[in-house]
Amino acid sequence: MSMIECRQMTKRFGDHTVLDRIDLTVDAGEVVVIVGASGSGKSTFLRCVNMLERIDEGDLLVDGKSVRQRSTNVRTLRLEAGMVFQQFNLFPHMTARQNVMLGPRKARGYSRAKAGEIADRLLERVGLVDRAGYFPDALSGGQQQRVAIARALAINPKLMMFDEPTSALDPELRGEVLEVMRGLAEEGMTMLIVTHEVHFALEAATRLLFMDDAHIVHDGDPREMFENPPSERFRDFLRHVRE
Amino acid sequence: MNFSWDVIWASVPQLLQGAELTAYITLLGIGGGMVIGTLSGLALAFQVPLLRWVLFVYVSVIRGTPIVVQAMFIYFAVPMIALGFGTQLTFSAFTAASVCLALNAGAYITEIIRGAVLSVNRGLIDAALALGLSRRQVLADVVGPIAFRRSVPPLGNQFIISLKDSALFIVIGVGELAQQGDRLVAETGRAIEVWTTVGVIYLAMTFTLAMIMKLIEKRMRIL
Ligand SMILES: Nc1ncnc2c1ncn2[C@@H]1O[C@H](COP(=O)(O)OP(=O)(O)O)[C@@H](O)[C@H]1O
Ligand SMILES: [Mg+2]
Repeated sequence: MSMIECRQMTKRFGDHTVLDRIDLTVDAGEVVVIVGASGSGKSTFLRCVNMLERIDEGDLLVDGKSVRQRSTNVRTLRLEAGMVFQQFNLFPHMTARQNVMLGPRKARGYSRAKAGEIADRLLERVGLVDRAGYFPDALSGGQQQRVAIARALAINPKLMMFDEPTSALDPELRGEVLEVMRGLAEEGMTMLIVTHEVHFALEAATRLLFMDDAHIVHDGDPREMFENPPSERFRDFLRHVRE
Repeated sequence: MNFSWDVIWASVPQLLQGAELTAYITLLGIGGGMVIGTLSGLALAFQVPLLRWVLFVYVSVIRGTPIVVQAMFIYFAVPMIALGFGTQLTFSAFTAASVCLALNAGAYITEIIRGAVLSVNRGLIDAALALGLSRRQVLADVVGPIAFRRSVPPLGNQFIISLKDSALFIVIGVGELAQQGDRLVAETGRAIEVWTTVGVIYLAMTFTLAMIMKLIEKRMRIL
């Protein structure tokens, strides 16, 4: 069964159509990088998958569950997908460990001990065990984003979504975040990644989507698309990003 | 000008009695104000339909009228209005003062809480929802704690204002600190000594309150 299936999915803000009759299927294990100009609808697309936005027409199935079906529980559906934001959005009143524990504790209903075990394992994995007791404001941007990845993984999602995870970071801090993401991709995690990191897309992605003005205009192999840009529009975009 | 320490020592017991009353009124006032203000502030932040307008009127009336008028209205006008509806309503000046201060502080605290809740970054709420938390959990575990921490400094400010405002209940004759001072001056004619002592006692109380708030701020990491 496919992890994500969009059928003529449409999203509007007022009379502004942000996603226009999108058709897309993403299978388990795919690492999909989404690129496109600012305002083309990339963030909105990810937010629809997590039901942070409601779609207006068509359908969107996450692991077989429709976001439009009344019987679909919003919270259950959100547990299917972990989300990482450009601005990290760590809870400032909680330590790194508490941030990671919150999902398991509250959304999964695990005991404090079990949530703590999960947090310790994931902080270890993102290389931050020694920062477990730190509050977000005492961490660098790169460290904060790694905690945010651990937090998203802690609810044990089947799918991970990243919305420009390195855009708010200084160039020298991006590598540590991309490294963690690469590790996830290698382990076979299904991923939807909005990013302009061309190198990462070339190395880790199995598929590249180019969004333009509410549509997915290209959908193909990253290497092929970079070597042979399928349209003038995409060529322009690449030139823009590489600068 | 002659300044007499004896007058001061003689007036201290009576003034401390007044200070005790001031403390009670203030505690009841800010306690009640916190309950009213927290509930109303949350209702405003979450835009509870009908309540929005009721609370808008409440906050506007309190902020738009002097507390002296509010006290007079509660103590003298409310019983007469009640009588007009055929109810005998009697309460002490102390009750009137405490209720008045609670209603007054409540309006300002409403605005403080509303502002603090709305100041919580939308991205944090999205992050919590994305983890699968319910709306109630998002409020209890993320929005609430952050908003509470942010509201501590302005709340401390409001508590001190309320403490000082309680002196205005002199107009309904509660017998709090300011009124005790006024009585003593009438009896002894020693305005300098008495009002200085009254001022020092107020200062000690506001200072204590400020220190308590500072301590809470320190322990809580303001965000
Ligand atoms: N909450 C919102 N209300 C109204 N318009 C929005 C909202 N969120 C996004 N938009 C609009 O939708 C379009 C797509 O936004 P977004 O998905 O954030 O694009 P991208 O992530 O590709 O830059 C933009 O024109 C943006 O202004
Ligand atoms: Mg975006």
